[in-house]
Amino acid sequence: MYTKTILDRFQNPRNAGGMHGANAIGQVENSACGDIIKMYLKIDDNSIIENAKFKTCGCCVAISASDIACDLIKGKTIDDALKVSSQDISKILGDIPQYKMHCVILAEESIRSAVEDFYKQKEKATKAAIRKTKRQIQEQQE
Amino acid sequence: MERKIYLDNASTTYVSNEVLNEMLPCFNTIYGNAGSLHSFGRDAMAIVDRARDRVKEAINASKANEIYFTSGGTEADNWAIIGVAHAYANKGKHIITSQIEHHAVLHACQQLEKEGYEVTYLPVDSTGLVSISELLHAIRKDTTLISIMAVNNEVGTIQNIKAIAKIAHDYGILFHTDAVQAIGTLKIDVQDMEIDLMSMSAHKIHGPKGVGALYVKNGVRIDPITFGGINQERGKRAGTENVPGIAGFGKAIEIATKNYIINNKKLKMIREYFLEKLSEKVQFFQVNGHPHQKSNGILNISFYGVDGESILMLLDLAGIAVSTSSACTSKSLLPSHVLKAMNVPDEIAKGSIRISFGLNISKSDVDYVVDELEKVITKLRAISPIQAGRI
Repeated sequence: MYTKTILDRFQNPRNAGGMHGANAIGQVENSACGDIIKMYLKIDDNSIIENAKFKTCGCCVAISASDIACDLIKGKTIDDALKVSSQDISKILGDIPQYKMHCVILAEESIRSAVEDFYKQKEKATKAAIRKTKRQIQEQQE
Repeated sequence: MERKIYLDNASTTYVSNEVLNEMLPCFNTIYGNAGSLHSFGRDAMAIVDRARDRVKEAINASKANEIYFTSGGTEADNWAIIGVAHAYANKGKHIITSQIEHHAVLHACQQLEKEGYEVTYLPVDSTGLVSISELLHAIRKDTTLISIMAVNNEVGTIQNIKAIAKIAHDYGILFHTDAVQAIGTLKIDVQDMEIDLMSMSAHKIHGPKGVGALYVKNGVRIDPITFGGINQERGKRAGTENVPGIAGFGKAIEIATKNYIINNKKLKMIREYFLEKLSEKVQFFQVNGHPHQKSNGILNISFYGVDGESILMLLDLAGIAVSTSSACTSKSLLPSHVLKAMNVPDEIAKGSIRISFGLNISKSDVDYVVDELEKVITKLRAISPIQAGRI
Protein backbone atom coordinates (compact mmCIF):
# COMPACT_ATOMS: atom_id res chain seq x y z
CA MET A 1 0.00 0.00 0.00
CA TYR A 2 2.77 2.45 0.88
CA THR A 3 6.05 3.10 -0.96
CA LYS A 4 9.43 2.05 0.43
CA THR A 5 10.33 5.68 1.09
CA ILE A 6 7.19 6.25 3.12
CA LEU A 7 7.76 3.12 5.18
CA ASP A 8 11.45 3.91 5.69
CA ARG A 9 10.78 7.49 6.82
CA PHE A 10 7.90 6.31 9.00
CA GLN A 11 10.02 3.68 10.73
CA ASN A 12 13.23 5.69 10.94
CA PRO A 13 12.43 9.36 10.73
CA ARG A 14 15.66 11.40 10.52
CA ASN A 15 14.21 14.63 11.95
CA ALA A 16 11.81 13.48 14.63
CA GLY A 17 11.83 14.95 18.11
CA GLY A 18 11.72 18.34 19.75
CA MET A 19 14.48 20.94 19.62
CA HIS A 20 16.23 22.99 22.29
CA GLY A 21 16.86 26.54 21.19
CA ALA A 22 14.26 26.57 18.45
CA ASN A 23 13.28 30.14 17.61
CA ALA A 24 10.20 29.25 15.60
CA ILE A 25 7.59 26.66 16.50
CA GLY A 26 4.46 26.03 14.49
CA GLN A 27 1.62 23.60 15.09
CA VAL A 28 -1.12 22.62 12.68
CA GLU A 29 -4.01 20.21 12.95
CA ASN A 30 -6.25 18.66 10.36
CA SER A 31 -9.74 19.10 11.73
CA ALA A 32 -11.07 16.15 9.74
CA CYS A 33 -8.68 13.36 10.69
CA GLY A 34 -7.15 14.94 13.77
CA ASP A 35 -3.50 14.62 12.69
CA ILE A 36 -1.22 17.14 14.40
CA ILE A 37 2.21 18.29 13.23
CA LYS A 38 4.46 20.47 15.36
CA MET A 39 7.42 21.98 13.51
CA TYR A 40 10.52 23.32 15.30
CA LEU A 41 12.94 25.62 13.43
CA LYS A 42 16.26 27.23 14.28
CA ILE A 43 16.64 30.24 12.02
CA ASP A 44 19.88 32.20 11.97
CA ASP A 45 20.44 35.96 11.61
CA ASN A 46 20.58 35.68 7.81
CA SER A 47 17.10 34.11 7.79
CA ILE A 48 18.53 30.73 6.90
CA ILE A 49 16.99 27.64 8.46
CA GLU A 50 19.85 25.99 10.32
CA ASN A 51 17.86 23.07 11.63
CA ALA A 52 14.33 21.68 11.43
CA LYS A 53 12.66 19.03 13.55
CA PHE A 54 9.12 17.78 14.00
CA LYS A 55 6.74 16.01 16.32
CA THR A 56 3.72 14.39 14.72
CA CYS A 57 0.70 12.53 15.96
CA GLY A 58 -0.69 10.97 12.86
CA CYS A 59 -0.58 8.20 10.32
CA CYS A 60 2.34 6.82 8.34
CA VAL A 61 2.04 9.45 5.63
CA ALA A 62 1.79 12.35 8.08
CA ILE A 63 4.97 11.23 9.85
CA SER A 64 6.98 10.57 6.68
CA ALA A 65 5.79 13.81 5.06
CA SER A 66 6.84 15.80 8.16
CA ASP A 67 10.26 14.16 7.99
CA ILE A 68 10.73 15.01 4.31
CA ALA A 69 9.49 18.55 4.87
CA CYS A 70 12.29 19.07 7.42
CA ASP A 71 14.87 17.76 4.94
CA LEU A 72 13.60 20.06 2.22
CA ILE A 73 13.77 23.27 4.23
CA LYS A 74 17.05 22.75 6.05
CA GLY A 75 19.73 25.14 4.73
CA LYS A 76 17.17 27.21 2.84
CA THR A 77 16.23 30.82 3.45
CA ILE A 78 12.80 31.44 4.91
CA ASP A 79 11.53 32.68 1.55
CA ASP A 80 12.72 29.55 -0.23
CA ALA A 81 11.33 27.33 2.50
CA LEU A 82 7.93 28.87 2.00
CA LYS A 83 8.09 27.77 -1.62
CA VAL A 84 8.28 24.11 -0.60
CA SER A 85 4.96 22.65 -1.59
CA SER A 86 3.04 19.47 -0.88
CA GLN A 87 3.87 18.41 -4.43
CA ASP A 88 7.58 18.64 -3.65
CA ILE A 89 7.07 16.41 -0.62
CA SER A 90 4.85 13.89 -2.37
CA LYS A 91 7.31 13.67 -5.27
CA ILE A 92 9.92 12.33 -2.84
CA LEU A 93 7.53 10.07 -0.95
CA GLY A 94 6.30 8.51 -4.17
CA ASP A 95 2.86 7.15 -4.90
CA ILE A 96 0.41 8.50 -2.31
CA PRO A 97 -3.26 7.56 -2.34
CA GLN A 98 -5.39 10.61 -3.15
CA TYR A 99 -7.27 10.38 0.15
CA LYS A 100 -3.95 10.67 2.02
CA MET A 101 -2.82 13.86 0.29
CA HIS A 102 -4.28 15.96 3.10
CA CYS A 103 -1.53 14.62 5.36
CA VAL A 104 1.13 15.89 2.95
CA ILE A 105 -0.63 19.25 2.70
CA LEU A 106 -0.58 19.38 6.49
CA ALA A 107 3.23 19.03 6.40
CA GLU A 108 3.43 21.96 3.99
CA GLU A 109 1.20 23.99 6.28
CA SER A 110 3.40 23.18 9.27
CA ILE A 111 6.33 24.95 7.58
CA ARG A 112 4.18 28.04 7.03
CA SER A 113 2.96 27.91 10.60
CA ALA A 114 6.51 27.79 11.97
CA VAL A 115 7.64 30.67 9.76
CA GLU A 116 4.61 32.66 10.86
CA ASP A 117 5.65 32.05 14.45
CA PHE A 118 9.17 33.25 13.60
CA TYR A 119 7.80 36.56 12.32
CA LYS A 120 5.48 36.85 15.30
CA GLN A 121 8.41 36.37 17.66
CA LYS A 122 10.40 38.88 15.68
CA GLU A 123 7.56 41.40 15.74
CA LYS A 124 7.25 40.92 19.48
CA ALA A 125 10.98 41.47 19.89
CA THR A 126 10.88 44.55 17.68
CA LYS A 127 7.92 46.00 19.57
CA ALA A 128 9.67 45.34 22.84
CA ALA A 129 12.79 47.05 21.51
CA ILE A 130 10.75 50.05 20.39
CA ARG A 131 9.08 50.26 23.79
CA LYS A 132 12.44 50.07 25.46
CA THR A 133 13.87 52.85 23.27
CA LYS A 134 10.80 55.00 23.88
CA ARG A 135 11.20 54.49 27.60
CA GLN A 136 14.84 55.42 27.42
CA ILE A 137 14.04 58.59 25.47
CA GLN A 138 11.34 59.48 28.00
CA GLU A 139 13.74 58.96 30.86
CA GLN A 140 16.35 61.17 29.16
CA GLN A 141 13.77 63.93 28.57
CA GLU A 142 12.75 63.82 32.21
CA MET B 1 11.52 -17.29 10.30
CA GLU B 2 9.71 -14.08 11.14
CA ARG B 3 7.10 -14.53 13.80
CA LYS B 4 3.55 -13.96 12.58
CA ILE B 5 0.63 -13.43 14.93
CA TYR B 6 -2.90 -12.90 13.69
CA LEU B 7 -5.07 -10.80 15.99
CA ASP B 8 -7.74 -9.78 13.54
CA ASN B 9 -10.24 -12.59 13.92
CA ALA B 10 -13.18 -10.19 13.95
CA SER B 11 -12.26 -9.34 10.35
CA THR B 12 -12.01 -12.91 9.23
CA THR B 13 -10.70 -16.29 10.35
CA TYR B 14 -8.85 -19.18 8.76
CA VAL B 15 -10.90 -22.09 7.45
CA SER B 16 -10.59 -24.98 9.88
CA ASN B 17 -9.59 -28.43 8.65
CA GLU B 18 -12.95 -29.98 9.49
CA VAL B 19 -14.68 -27.28 7.47
CA LEU B 20 -12.26 -27.60 4.58
CA ASN B 21 -12.74 -31.36 4.46
CA GLU B 22 -16.47 -30.84 4.35
CA MET B 23 -16.09 -28.49 1.40
CA LEU B 24 -13.51 -30.25 -0.76
CA PRO B 25 -15.73 -32.95 -2.32
CA CYS B 26 -18.15 -30.25 -3.42
CA PHE B 27 -15.64 -28.78 -5.82
CA ASN B 28 -15.02 -31.76 -8.06
CA THR B 29 -17.01 -34.79 -6.89
CA ILE B 30 -20.43 -33.46 -5.97
CA TYR B 31 -20.33 -30.63 -8.44
CA GLY B 32 -23.90 -30.63 -9.74
CA ASN B 33 -26.16 -27.60 -9.73
CA ALA B 34 -28.38 -27.98 -6.70
CA GLY B 35 -31.28 -26.81 -8.85
CA SER B 36 -30.94 -29.68 -11.37
CA LEU B 37 -33.36 -32.58 -11.35
CA HIS B 38 -30.80 -35.27 -12.17
CA SER B 39 -28.75 -37.23 -9.68
CA PHE B 40 -25.84 -34.77 -9.84
CA GLY B 41 -28.18 -31.98 -8.84
CA ARG B 42 -29.95 -34.02 -6.20
CA ASP B 43 -26.63 -34.97 -4.61
CA ALA B 44 -25.69 -31.30 -4.43
CA MET B 45 -29.09 -30.43 -2.99
CA ALA B 46 -28.63 -33.09 -0.33
CA ILE B 47 -25.46 -31.28 0.77
CA VAL B 48 -27.31 -27.97 0.88
CA ASP B 49 -30.15 -29.54 2.84
CA ARG B 50 -27.78 -31.02 5.38
CA ALA B 51 -26.11 -27.66 5.86
CA ARG B 52 -29.49 -26.00 6.24
CA ASP B 53 -30.35 -28.50 8.96
CA ARG B 54 -27.10 -27.76 10.73
CA VAL B 55 -27.76 -24.02 10.71
CA LYS B 56 -31.30 -24.65 11.91
CA GLU B 57 -29.99 -26.75 14.81
CA ALA B 58 -27.28 -24.22 15.69
CA ILE B 59 -29.73 -21.34 16.13
CA ASN B 60 -32.72 -23.48 17.17
CA ALA B 61 -34.98 -22.39 14.34
CA SER B 62 -38.26 -24.29 14.25
CA LYS B 63 -37.88 -25.32 10.62
CA ALA B 64 -34.94 -25.66 8.24
CA ASN B 65 -36.81 -23.78 5.52
CA GLU B 66 -36.46 -20.63 7.61
CA ILE B 67 -32.78 -20.53 6.66
CA TYR B 68 -31.89 -18.77 3.39
CA PHE B 69 -28.30 -18.98 2.22
CA THR B 70 -26.77 -15.75 0.93
CA SER B 71 -23.42 -14.50 -0.29
CA GLY B 72 -22.55 -13.42 3.25
CA GLY B 73 -23.47 -11.17 6.14
CA THR B 74 -23.70 -8.02 4.04
CA GLU B 75 -26.26 -9.48 1.65
CA ALA B 76 -28.22 -10.91 4.56
CA ASP B 77 -28.30 -7.48 6.26
CA ASN B 78 -29.19 -5.64 3.04
CA TRP B 79 -31.90 -8.13 2.26
CA ALA B 80 -33.43 -8.17 5.74
CA ILE B 81 -33.70 -4.38 5.91
CA ILE B 82 -34.78 -3.65 2.36
CA GLY B 83 -36.82 -6.82 1.85
CA VAL B 84 -38.91 -6.32 4.99
CA ALA B 85 -39.27 -2.57 4.46
CA HIS B 86 -40.64 -3.17 0.97
CA ALA B 87 -42.91 -6.03 1.98
CA TYR B 88 -44.51 -3.97 4.75
CA ALA B 89 -44.55 -0.60 2.96
CA ASN B 90 -48.35 -0.56 3.15
CA LYS B 91 -48.23 -0.73 6.93
CA GLY B 92 -45.64 2.01 7.31
CA LYS B 93 -42.33 3.39 6.20
CA HIS B 94 -40.43 3.84 9.45
CA ILE B 95 -37.48 1.74 10.61
CA ILE B 96 -35.49 1.84 13.82
CA THR B 97 -31.84 0.86 14.04
CA SER B 98 -28.81 2.05 16.00
CA GLN B 99 -25.89 4.34 15.28
CA ILE B 100 -23.36 1.57 15.84
CA GLU B 101 -24.60 -0.95 13.27
CA HIS B 102 -22.36 -2.37 10.58
CA HIS B 103 -22.40 -0.37 7.35
CA ALA B 104 -24.25 -3.26 5.71
CA VAL B 105 -27.24 -2.22 7.83
CA LEU B 106 -26.60 1.54 7.91
CA HIS B 107 -26.15 1.89 4.16
CA ALA B 108 -29.22 -0.26 3.46
CA CYS B 109 -31.16 2.14 5.70
CA GLN B 110 -29.73 5.12 3.86
CA GLN B 111 -30.86 3.53 0.61
CA LEU B 112 -34.39 3.29 2.02
CA GLU B 113 -34.25 6.94 3.06
CA LYS B 114 -33.63 7.78 -0.59
CA GLU B 115 -36.80 5.85 -1.39
CA GLY B 116 -38.80 7.98 1.03
CA TYR B 117 -38.59 5.85 4.18
CA GLU B 118 -37.78 7.35 7.55
CA VAL B 119 -35.10 5.82 9.75
CA THR B 120 -34.35 6.46 13.42
CA TYR B 121 -30.74 5.77 14.37
CA LEU B 122 -30.77 5.13 18.11
CA PRO B 123 -27.88 6.51 20.17
CA VAL B 124 -25.87 4.32 22.53
CA ASP B 125 -24.36 5.01 25.94
CA SER B 126 -20.62 5.23 26.59
CA THR B 127 -20.37 1.43 26.81
CA GLY B 128 -22.07 0.97 23.45
CA LEU B 129 -25.44 -0.19 24.73
CA VAL B 130 -28.67 0.83 23.03
CA SER B 131 -30.96 2.45 25.56
CA ILE B 132 -34.32 0.72 25.93
CA SER B 133 -36.03 3.98 26.89
CA GLU B 134 -34.74 5.67 23.74
CA LEU B 135 -36.09 2.74 21.78
CA LEU B 136 -39.51 3.09 23.37
CA HIS B 137 -39.51 6.79 22.49
CA ALA B 138 -38.63 6.06 18.88
CA ILE B 139 -41.43 3.57 18.22
CA ARG B 140 -44.21 4.96 16.02
CA LYS B 141 -47.44 3.66 14.54
CA ASP B 142 -45.80 3.26 11.15
CA THR B 143 -42.65 1.48 12.43
CA THR B 144 -42.32 -1.85 10.66
CA LEU B 145 -38.86 -3.04 11.63
CA ILE B 146 -36.33 -2.72 14.45
CA SER B 147 -32.80 -3.84 13.58
CA ILE B 148 -30.20 -3.99 16.35
CA MET B 149 -26.96 -5.93 16.12
CA ALA B 150 -26.31 -8.65 18.69
CA VAL B 151 -22.56 -8.09 19.16
CA ASN B 152 -20.78 -4.98 17.93
CA ASN B 153 -17.87 -5.73 15.61
CA GLU B 154 -15.65 -2.84 16.74
CA VAL B 155 -15.98 -2.85 20.52
CA GLY B 156 -17.67 -6.19 21.24
CA THR B 157 -20.57 -4.84 23.29
CA ILE B 158 -23.47 -7.31 23.54
CA GLN B 159 -26.94 -5.79 23.22
CA ASN B 160 -30.00 -6.85 25.19
CA ILE B 161 -31.46 -8.56 22.14
CA LYS B 162 -34.13 -10.53 23.93
CA ALA B 163 -35.52 -7.46 25.68
CA ILE B 164 -35.49 -5.42 22.48
CA ALA B 165 -37.24 -8.19 20.53
CA LYS B 166 -39.87 -8.41 23.25
CA ILE B 167 -40.57 -4.69 23.01
CA ALA B 168 -40.75 -4.87 19.22
CA HIS B 169 -43.37 -7.62 19.44
CA ASP B 170 -45.36 -5.77 22.11
CA TYR B 171 -45.86 -3.10 19.46
CA GLY B 172 -46.39 -5.49 16.55
CA ILE B 173 -43.02 -4.64 15.00
CA LEU B 174 -40.63 -7.13 13.41
CA PHE B 175 -37.18 -7.58 14.88
CA HIS B 176 -33.98 -8.22 12.90
CA THR B 177 -30.54 -8.73 14.38
CA ASP B 178 -27.16 -8.73 12.69
CA ALA B 179 -25.58 -11.71 14.46
CA VAL B 180 -22.47 -11.90 12.31
CA GLN B 181 -20.16 -11.38 15.30
CA ALA B 182 -22.48 -13.14 17.72
CA ILE B 183 -22.43 -16.68 16.34
CA GLY B 184 -19.98 -18.64 18.43
CA THR B 185 -19.86 -15.86 21.03
CA LEU B 186 -23.40 -16.08 22.37
CA LYS B 187 -25.87 -18.87 22.69
CA ILE B 188 -28.36 -17.91 20.02
CA ASP B 189 -31.83 -19.38 20.22
CA VAL B 190 -34.05 -17.57 17.74
CA GLN B 191 -37.25 -18.95 19.26
CA ASP B 192 -36.38 -18.12 22.84
CA MET B 193 -35.00 -14.71 21.88
CA GLU B 194 -38.04 -14.01 19.69
CA ILE B 195 -35.91 -13.09 16.69
CA ASP B 196 -37.79 -12.65 13.40
CA LEU B 197 -34.81 -12.20 11.11
CA MET B 198 -31.13 -12.82 11.74
CA SER B 199 -28.01 -12.32 9.59
CA MET B 200 -25.12 -14.74 9.78
CA SER B 201 -21.75 -15.12 8.10
CA ALA B 202 -19.45 -18.13 7.72
CA HIS B 203 -15.99 -16.61 7.58
CA LYS B 204 -16.04 -15.16 11.09
CA ILE B 205 -16.34 -18.67 12.54
CA HIS B 206 -13.64 -20.55 10.60
CA GLY B 207 -15.88 -21.05 7.60
CA PRO B 208 -15.26 -19.88 4.05
CA LYS B 209 -15.70 -16.33 2.75
CA GLY B 210 -18.58 -15.48 0.46
CA VAL B 211 -21.33 -17.36 2.24
CA GLY B 212 -23.79 -16.55 4.98
CA ALA B 213 -27.45 -16.87 5.71
CA LEU B 214 -30.55 -14.98 6.69
CA TYR B 215 -32.96 -16.59 9.11
CA VAL B 216 -36.51 -15.52 8.32
CA LYS B 217 -39.17 -16.81 10.68
CA ASN B 218 -42.04 -18.46 8.88
CA GLY B 219 -44.89 -16.03 8.49
CA VAL B 220 -42.61 -13.00 8.11
CA ARG B 221 -42.98 -11.47 4.67
CA ILE B 222 -39.85 -10.42 2.82
CA ASP B 223 -39.46 -9.17 -0.75
CA PRO B 224 -36.53 -10.51 -2.73
CA ILE B 225 -33.67 -8.19 -3.70
CA THR B 226 -32.14 -10.67 -6.16
CA PHE B 227 -34.05 -11.83 -9.19
CA GLY B 228 -33.93 -14.70 -11.62
CA GLY B 229 -34.02 -17.83 -9.48
CA ILE B 230 -37.50 -19.26 -9.53
CA ASN B 231 -36.85 -22.29 -7.35
CA GLN B 232 -33.71 -21.22 -5.56
CA GLU B 233 -34.11 -20.69 -1.80
CA ARG B 234 -37.90 -20.93 -2.00
CA GLY B 235 -37.93 -18.35 -4.76
CA LYS B 236 -36.66 -15.69 -2.37
CA ARG B 237 -32.97 -15.53 -3.14
CA ALA B 238 -31.80 -15.94 -6.71
CA GLY B 239 -28.44 -17.35 -7.72
CA THR B 240 -26.98 -20.82 -8.06
CA GLU B 241 -26.37 -22.23 -4.59
CA ASN B 242 -22.74 -21.95 -3.51
CA VAL B 243 -22.63 -25.61 -2.57
CA PRO B 244 -19.02 -25.80 -1.25
CA GLY B 245 -19.50 -22.59 0.70
CA ILE B 246 -22.83 -23.69 2.11
CA ALA B 247 -21.39 -27.07 3.11
CA GLY B 248 -18.53 -25.29 4.87
CA PHE B 249 -20.86 -22.85 6.60
CA GLY B 250 -23.03 -25.69 7.90
CA LYS B 251 -20.02 -27.42 9.41
CA ALA B 252 -18.52 -24.21 10.76
CA ILE B 253 -21.66 -23.10 12.59
CA GLU B 254 -22.14 -26.59 13.99
CA ILE B 255 -18.64 -26.56 15.48
CA ALA B 256 -18.84 -22.95 16.65
CA THR B 257 -22.07 -23.46 18.57
CA LYS B 258 -21.03 -26.82 19.98
CA ASN B 259 -17.83 -25.39 21.44
CA TYR B 260 -18.93 -21.92 22.34
CA ILE B 261 -18.69 -22.30 26.13
CA ILE B 262 -15.16 -23.69 26.15
CA ASN B 263 -14.08 -21.28 23.40
CA ASN B 264 -15.38 -18.35 25.40
CA LYS B 265 -13.49 -19.49 28.46
CA LYS B 266 -10.28 -19.73 26.45
CA LEU B 267 -10.79 -16.32 24.89
CA LYS B 268 -11.54 -14.80 28.28
CA MET B 269 -8.29 -16.19 29.67
CA ILE B 270 -6.30 -14.84 26.73
CA ARG B 271 -7.97 -11.45 27.02
CA GLU B 272 -7.40 -11.15 30.74
CA TYR B 273 -3.79 -12.24 30.48
CA PHE B 274 -3.25 -9.72 27.70
CA LEU B 275 -4.73 -6.83 29.69
CA GLU B 276 -2.78 -7.81 32.79
CA LYS B 277 0.52 -7.82 30.87
CA LEU B 278 -0.34 -4.64 29.03
CA SER B 279 -1.14 -2.79 32.26
CA GLU B 280 2.27 -3.79 33.59
CA LYS B 281 4.08 -2.30 30.61
CA VAL B 282 2.06 0.51 29.09
CA GLN B 283 0.46 3.57 30.66
CA PHE B 284 -2.29 5.89 29.49
CA PHE B 285 -4.74 3.75 27.59
CA GLN B 286 -8.41 2.86 27.87
CA VAL B 287 -10.50 -0.12 26.88
CA ASN B 288 -13.58 0.86 24.90
CA GLY B 289 -16.82 -1.05 25.20
CA HIS B 290 -18.89 -2.60 27.93
CA PRO B 291 -17.01 -3.82 31.05
CA HIS B 292 -18.94 -7.11 31.33
CA GLN B 293 -21.53 -7.42 28.60
CA LYS B 294 -18.97 -8.00 25.89
CA SER B 295 -17.45 -10.47 23.47
CA ASN B 296 -14.26 -11.90 24.92
CA GLY B 297 -12.70 -12.09 21.48
CA ILE B 298 -12.86 -8.37 20.73
CA LEU B 299 -10.68 -5.84 22.55
CA ASN B 300 -10.82 -2.21 21.49
CA ILE B 301 -8.08 -0.11 23.09
CA SER B 302 -7.27 3.58 22.76
CA PHE B 303 -3.67 4.58 23.39
CA TYR B 304 -3.47 8.26 24.25
CA GLY B 305 -1.39 10.65 22.18
CA VAL B 306 -0.79 8.37 19.20
CA ASP B 307 -2.51 7.41 15.97
CA GLY B 308 -4.11 4.00 15.45
CA GLU B 309 -2.87 3.53 11.93
CA SER B 310 0.71 4.17 13.00
CA ILE B 311 0.33 1.51 15.70
CA LEU B 312 -1.10 -0.91 13.17
CA MET B 313 1.73 -0.30 10.69
CA LEU B 314 4.53 -0.70 13.24
CA LEU B 315 2.93 -3.86 14.66
CA ASP B 316 2.58 -5.17 11.13
CA LEU B 317 6.30 -4.69 10.61
CA ALA B 318 6.78 -6.90 13.69
CA GLY B 319 4.53 -9.57 12.17
CA ILE B 320 1.45 -8.74 14.26
CA ALA B 321 -1.90 -8.16 12.57
CA VAL B 322 -4.48 -5.95 14.29
CA SER B 323 -7.05 -3.60 12.87
CA THR B 324 -8.11 -0.03 13.29
CA SER B 325 -11.06 2.08 12.41
CA SER B 326 -9.24 5.26 13.26
CA ALA B 327 -9.76 8.36 11.20
CA CYS B 328 -6.84 8.33 8.87
CA THR B 329 -7.17 4.70 7.80
CA SER B 330 -10.46 4.99 6.07
CA LYS B 331 -10.98 7.08 2.98
CA SER B 332 -13.74 8.99 4.72
CA LEU B 333 -11.27 10.51 7.23
CA LEU B 334 -14.01 10.38 9.81
CA PRO B 335 -13.35 8.69 13.13
CA SER B 336 -15.08 5.38 13.80
CA HIS B 337 -18.84 5.88 13.83
CA VAL B 338 -19.08 3.40 16.71
CA LEU B 339 -16.61 5.21 19.01
CA LYS B 340 -18.20 8.51 18.04
CA ALA B 341 -21.65 7.21 18.98
CA MET B 342 -20.16 6.11 22.31
CA ASN B 343 -18.97 9.68 22.83
CA VAL B 344 -15.30 8.76 22.86
CA PRO B 345 -13.51 12.09 22.19
CA ASP B 346 -11.91 12.27 18.74
CA GLU B 347 -8.37 12.59 20.10
CA ILE B 348 -8.85 9.37 22.08
CA ALA B 349 -10.67 7.53 19.29
CA LYS B 350 -7.71 8.45 17.08
CA GLY B 351 -5.37 6.16 19.01
CA SER B 352 -7.62 3.13 18.98
CA ILE B 353 -6.92 -0.32 17.65
CA ARG B 354 -9.03 -3.45 17.66
CA ILE B 355 -7.38 -6.65 18.76
CA SER B 356 -9.51 -9.73 18.09
CA PHE B 357 -8.17 -12.93 19.56
CA GLY B 358 -8.27 -16.38 18.06
CA LEU B 359 -8.15 -19.69 19.86
CA ASN B 360 -4.67 -20.46 18.53
CA ILE B 361 -2.99 -17.69 20.56
CA SER B 362 -0.60 -18.87 23.26
CA LYS B 363 0.68 -17.08 26.35
CA SER B 364 4.03 -16.61 24.71
CA ASP B 365 2.29 -15.02 21.71
CA VAL B 366 0.62 -12.57 24.08
CA ASP B 367 3.98 -11.83 25.74
CA TYR B 368 5.52 -11.12 22.36
CA VAL B 369 2.63 -8.89 21.29
CA VAL B 370 2.69 -6.87 24.52
CA ASP B 371 6.48 -6.42 24.27
CA GLU B 372 6.16 -5.18 20.70
CA LEU B 373 3.20 -3.00 21.60
CA GLU B 374 5.21 -1.38 24.37
CA LYS B 375 8.04 -0.60 21.93
CA VAL B 376 5.62 0.77 19.35
CA ILE B 377 3.74 3.01 21.76
CA THR B 378 6.97 4.31 23.32
CA LYS B 379 8.38 5.09 19.89
CA LEU B 380 5.26 6.88 18.69
CA ARG B 381 4.81 8.83 21.90
CA ALA B 382 8.41 10.05 21.69
CA ILE B 383 7.61 11.81 18.43
CA SER B 384 4.09 12.92 19.29
CA PRO B 385 3.34 16.57 20.14
CA ILE B 386 0.60 15.38 22.49
CA GLN B 387 1.56 14.34 26.00
CA ALA B 388 -0.29 11.12 26.71
CA GLY B 389 -0.52 11.84 30.42
CA ARG B 390 -2.39 15.07 29.78
CA ILE B 391 -5.33 13.55 27.93
